[in-house]
Amino acid sequence: MRLSRTSQALGLAVVVAMSLTACGGGAGENTNATGDATKVITANNTEPQNGLLPANTNEVGGGKVMDLLFSGLVSYDAKGATVNEIADSIETKDSQNYTIKIKSGKVFSDGTAITAQTFVDAWNFGAAAKNAQLNSYFFESIKGYDKVSAEGSTEDKMEGLKVVDDSTFTVELAQPESDFPLRLGYTAFYPLPASAYKDPKAFGQNPIGNGPYKLAEGGWKHDVSIELIPNDKYEGPQKAKNGGVTFTIFNNPDSAYTEVQADNLDILDQVPPSGLQNFKTDFEGRNVNQPYAGNATMVLPSYMPEFKGEAGSMRRQAISMAIDRQQIIDKIFYGNKKAATEFTSPVIDGYEAALPGSEALKFDAAKAKALWEKADAIDPWPAGKVLTITSNIDGAGNKEYITAMANQIATNLGIKAELNPIASFKEMRALVNEKKLTGASRAGWQADYPSLYNFLGPLYGTGAGSNDGDYSNPAFDAKLKEGLAATSVEEGNKIFNQAQEILLKDMPVVPLWYQAVQGVWSNNVNTVEFGWNGVPLYYAVTAK
Amino acid sequence: MVMFTLRRFLQLIPVFFGATLLVYFLVFATPGDPIAALSGGKPMAPAVEAALRAQYNLDQPFWIQYGLYLKNLVTMNLGQTFSGQEVAAVIARAYPVTARLAIMALVFEAFFGVLFGVIAGLRKGKLFDSTVLVASLLVIAVPTFVLGFVLQLVVGVQLGWAKPTVSGSAPWNELILPAVVLGLVSLAYVIRLTRASISENMNADYVRTATAKGLSRRRVVVVHILRNSLIPVVTFLGADLGSLMGGAIVTEGIFNVPGIGNLLYKAILKGESATVVAVVGILVIVFVVANLVVDLLYAVLDPRIRYV
Repeated sequence: MRLSRTSQALGLAVVVAMSLTACGGGAGENTNATGDATKVITANNTEPQNGLLPANTNEVGGGKVMDLLFSGLVSYDAKGATVNEIADSIETKDSQNYTIKIKSGKVFSDGTAITAQTFVDAWNFGAAAKNAQLNSYFFESIKGYDKVSAEGSTEDKMEGLKVVDDSTFTVELAQPESDFPLRLGYTAFYPLPASAYKDPKAFGQNPIGNGPYKLAEGGWKHDVSIELIPNDKYEGPQKAKNGGVTFTIFNNPDSAYTEVQADNLDILDQVPPSGLQNFKTDFEGRNVNQPYAGNATMVLPSYMPEFKGEAGSMRRQAISMAIDRQQIIDKIFYGNKKAATEFTSPVIDGYEAALPGSEALKFDAAKAKALWEKADAIDPWPAGKVLTITSNIDGAGNKEYITAMANQIATNLGIKAELNPIASFKEMRALVNEKKLTGASRAGWQADYPSLYNFLGPLYGTGAGSNDGDYSNPAFDAKLKEGLAATSVEEGNKIFNQAQEILLKDMPVVPLWYQAVQGVWSNNVNTVEFGWNGVPLYYAVTAK
Repeated sequence: MVMFTLRRFLQLIPVFFGATLLVYFLVFATPGDPIAALSGGKPMAPAVEAALRAQYNLDQPFWIQYGLYLKNLVTMNLGQTFSGQEVAAVIARAYPVTARLAIMALVFEAFFGVLFGVIAGLRKGKLFDSTVLVASLLVIAVPTFVLGFVLQLVVGVQLGWAKPTVSGSAPWNELILPAVVLGLVSLAYVIRLTRASISENMNADYVRTATAKGLSRRRVVVVHILRNSLIPVVTFLGADLGSLMGGAIVTEGIFNVPGIGNLLYKAILKGESATVVAVVGILVIVFVVANLVVDLLYAVLDPRIRYV
């Protein structure tokens, strides 16, 4: 089956490739683009999985639409830097108590004013257990979240949020978190008009936002298309430069690729695996290949006896060094990817390519074999035990690279290793959540907001929500806490990178490579720029 | 004949319930956790998870889940998808598209299949016959997705004769290409079935009698040979209609047709039992009706067959 888009919508790390040489090749500035500002741009998308409510949209298909319909306190520019949008200022002295002032005169597309109360109500709505919003955990750092989010709780006001006046509110966090302001551009933190609370379900079908676009009348035709038109009440850095964006729902990126070739679709933000080899020639001068804030990793569960203790530590390092990342990149991804040297992403502010200990991510068969034998001397690898790498295979491209990786591990370490194929994503998540993995498993992360912490805290903090391998190291947790309490982002990043040095030793997951977006566009539009998260900057696209 | 039809419809009831029970159980028994997948690997607040489980009765044992499903079914409530849409509305959107595609494919394969089959059968061993035989063999051998992608690229992109994928409203003209791809393989079978049947019946006694009576060749072929040769073809087409109505996952995927095949495939991957069971339930009815129509057609084609 070739319907890989489904699983991508389910939040999977997609198999994409990148090349440093092509970085920024297509993503030039739009300076000479003087296009027709009334023409509608068409782009591919997947059907949003839920109604379009900020706190209930947690996947790519809905996210792309939400980011055009709404704008938050801050927004992210193409490089991932935060820019004040609705916020006039966000101030803190201790990284725990924030005073947020919002610009006056901001309105929703229906004319309703946006005040401090608007944000407080929206966040309380998103956090409260009774509303069962998928993104509710995003509010967990706000004081009082534990009460409103408890099972069966009927409370819906977090004590950490206080309205001072129409344009000011304060946020008290449960603990200092220096990257809190960076999060505020994420979907979950968007404002909601009061009309949304009367019937959230109906609102989700026909949302009213404050972003550069608004939904056309009856614009969401389920499984078919989503039609957005410019919101003339929007003033800000993302003002629409075209006459609207119409998303066509594609179940299969291959057919979307063909449509761009035929100039029937303007933008495709995901070249299918079948096109990776040829897209640069198929779309000469109309393609992009650039890294975005995501990576691919392999989890080595901490609860497996073989990966515990000193011997376990050596094994993790050995497995990492037994993988020839570059060979897989060259052979399977046609050279279009960059091997990982740490746990975050090169597009994130604070990224360091050569952290102490990063040599553990370099291919070295001899060293790997030696380490593996040393580990065996302490605690022998069970005779005949196969190292399995579990992955769902409903997403395109997983099977190929994991099989190659298993072969490398087997050859270089002299053990048996193989892909353990799982039919569907839901089955895979059940295995991971119930801690029933009996070997390695495929994983990856796509940043919610551009910050080093977002690549570390939710994944490797003790008991964190996406800590699939149950990793726990008090020294690492302490470093995270220290980094969050830092008074500046730079200071925090330095500490987060020290935390990464611990990860490089413990290797809770084996970082493989950084994700990149391959996008192509039709002859009908000028150069399309792609953002830090791999999503095209739709608002800036101009028609020829 | 009325009694026969009525009896067949009554048989539908146990078949329908048996099938839904079985399918519901199969979806229930597939490993995995649909709610965990909803969060896409990101964390989910425990209260939210519990609320979602309760909403879809996933916190109940199998029999209670199925019972609640049946209870809703009686009131014509097919339940909701994991995205909170009514299953009935989702199916109502997708089904007409698939039905249109299926009918076009069926007409295509029936018309050309019988036409080529008859000509080939009458001219057995001649150039036309051998060409058709080789061509149909080729079509059978090539997988649908290869045919689909090649035709899409050639007709859709290089020649520009048709839009490579189908737009949302799925108009008839855009469905021609997918319908041809969908019907091609069956077309090959219909040709071969018709040809074999015709060439067999050509030597039958009644044909000799008809010719001896002095009937025109045209009348002999159309009224005597063809009519008697169509029984196996109609059987095949009836079964094919059933499977076409079930949606063609591959073809719908290639041409981005928003039909029932895509819907079912996605629902199975997500473990969305409400959707899967509803779609399969409809398919059961379609199959039973298609088979009934085939049985009734036997009587039309061959007067020796009567139903009481």
